[in-house]
Amino acid sequence: MNNIIVLPLVIPILTGILLVFLHRHVKTQRWISIIATILNIVISFIILQKIHVEGILKLDFGGWAAPYGITFVADSFAVLLVLTANFVTALCLIYAMFSIGEKREKLFFYPFVHLLVAGVNGSFLTGDLFNLFVCFEVMLLASYALITHGGTRIQLRESIKYIVINVLSSSLFVIAIAYLYGSIGTLNLAHLSARIAESGQTPLLTAISLLFLIVFSIKSGLLLYQWLPGSYSAPPTAIAALFGALLTKVGVYALFRTFSLLFYHEPAVTHNLIGIMAAITLIGGSIGAIAYKNIRHIVAYNVVIAIGFILIGLAVSTQSAIEGSIYYLIHDMIIKALLFLLAGTMITLTRTSRFDQVSGLIRNYPVLGWLFFIAMLSLTGIPPFSGFIGKILVGYGAVETGHFLLLALGFISSLFVLYSLLRIFMNSFWGETMISEDQEAPLKKGLIIPCLILALATIALGVGAESIATYVSDAANTLLNPDIYIDAVLNK
Amino acid sequence: MKINEVILQSIAKLVVFIILTLALYLFFSGHNAPGGGFIAGLVLASAIILLFLAFDMETVLKGIPLDFKMIAALGVFLAVSTGVGSILFDVPFLTHTIVAYDLPLLGMIELSTVTLFEAGVALTVVGVVITIILTISEDV
Repeated sequence: MNNIIVLPLVIPILTGILLVFLHRHVKTQRWISIIATILNIVISFIILQKIHVEGILKLDFGGWAAPYGITFVADSFAVLLVLTANFVTALCLIYAMFSIGEKREKLFFYPFVHLLVAGVNGSFLTGDLFNLFVCFEVMLLASYALITHGGTRIQLRESIKYIVINVLSSSLFVIAIAYLYGSIGTLNLAHLSARIAESGQTPLLTAISLLFLIVFSIKSGLLLYQWLPGSYSAPPTAIAALFGALLTKVGVYALFRTFSLLFYHEPAVTHNLIGIMAAITLIGGSIGAIAYKNIRHIVAYNVVIAIGFILIGLAVSTQSAIEGSIYYLIHDMIIKALLFLLAGTMITLTRTSRFDQVSGLIRNYPVLGWLFFIAMLSLTGIPPFSGFIGKILVGYGAVETGHFLLLALGFISSLFVLYSLLRIFMNSFWGETMISEDQEAPLKKGLIIPCLILALATIALGVGAESIATYVSDAANTLLNPDIYIDAVLNK
Repeated sequence: MKINEVILQSIAKLVVFIILTLALYLFFSGHNAPGGGFIAGLVLASAIILLFLAFDMETVLKGIPLDFKMIAALGVFLAVSTGVGSILFDVPFLTHTIVAYDLPLLGMIELSTVTLFEAGVALTVVGVVITIILTISEDV
């Protein structure tokens, strides 16, 4: 019995509801939140080990066999992401405890975070398209609440854009699902894959796949990222970090799943289009990252660049490129959380979000300065940090298949990432100290410890890339060979 | 001008009980016939909303002193717990079971865990609908 694979969805939901009842007791909420998230990390790790031994795990809810019932499928790709997502959530929660303020904590902050995580985990683990939609909605509804949480002026202004664009893309999602169901007659991913392979990917199906591409592009910020920088810079730091680390990655996951499992027969249309979109995203993101003086905007545009880079791997679709994308996806969840937390900490300490109004921070806060430096190197992809292995593998895949333009754009965008962050670093951390010692706002340990752990994680992931290599190559192997997935879901 | 609400109020007092009976009927006829927790919850909520319309909000909330947000949470908790229950019995998540008893007077009675799940759904729907209505009306 594989009931364990539903726990990453059920534990956050139950915790979230429990915390609704306890919303007046801030301390209890904090402890329960942390314990539940750690429990989830442990469980995802156990699942990962189990997949390593037994292969892909699946669970038919209520014993209704696939493709008729609701199915959860856990393969290495999904569970690696679940594990990383929960790890990042735990650290963002710790950061939130020290920064978000008691007023927000009493206003159901923790329940919403847990429901968000439930949606994220559910999206990774679900085995059919309709439940992917449902889990997306769970995640998005929680994110609507979180982005407006506290109700400051800028949050309300940005949230309108965020909600409108997401409601639009969700309605397109349902329409696309309806088209697909109308033409194929099933929504179970494995069943869909088998049937599409049987009937061939007709032009009609390719057209439907492009609708899915649009939907997931809006969600992940591929090409259609214009809503992203504004929305992600509005909410408080801990929430922005969660959004930056998790939400777009769910869209990326959905892109990988649909275009490697379902619509992989016409790469000349779909995958080339993804490549073009990734290229434009990289260019647009790079321009955005150096265009602003507001730290929050620069950080948000860095999210966009990463999305473009990860999808080069999907456009290329070789074993090494996909492996590289998976490495980079894991790396990016960790490092984006770190970057958002560091940027937020800087803004809290200096009370300004423009980097040219601050200088000499490294004398006041050396740990913060060095952490920023590490984050910068890791984002650029300098060894021994975790960005390196992903970039090199994606680059290798692009060379193998002769996608030299994508390769060049991918690596030039790294320089833009470096430049955009180096500007912040040189302006804000170097130079004359602006803040005298008696004016210095104390840096709470609770704010710096999550950043420290994330920085250690990026080093560990870079140095110890070999330790997760088996899981990553298994994940890439499953993505490239849909038969393994179909076999595990339908024939066991 | 003060609006005379005598007719609405006296009819509401009567109709609310009819609506509540319908809600109960729909609830128990569910899962094999048309009905079930979701619809029953909506009907139940409509009864409470009728009370809100006929009388004013303060009076009704004094009569039903519940926090509807908590009702919604309780409902979700109940529904998810029935799923978790199946994990404890080592059957797939959300498996439901049914037993039938032949009771004196009442005849054949079927007891199903689906009913608990549906109760959770109904409570959630009531909680959410009333919370939405209350929030909107507070805004005006």
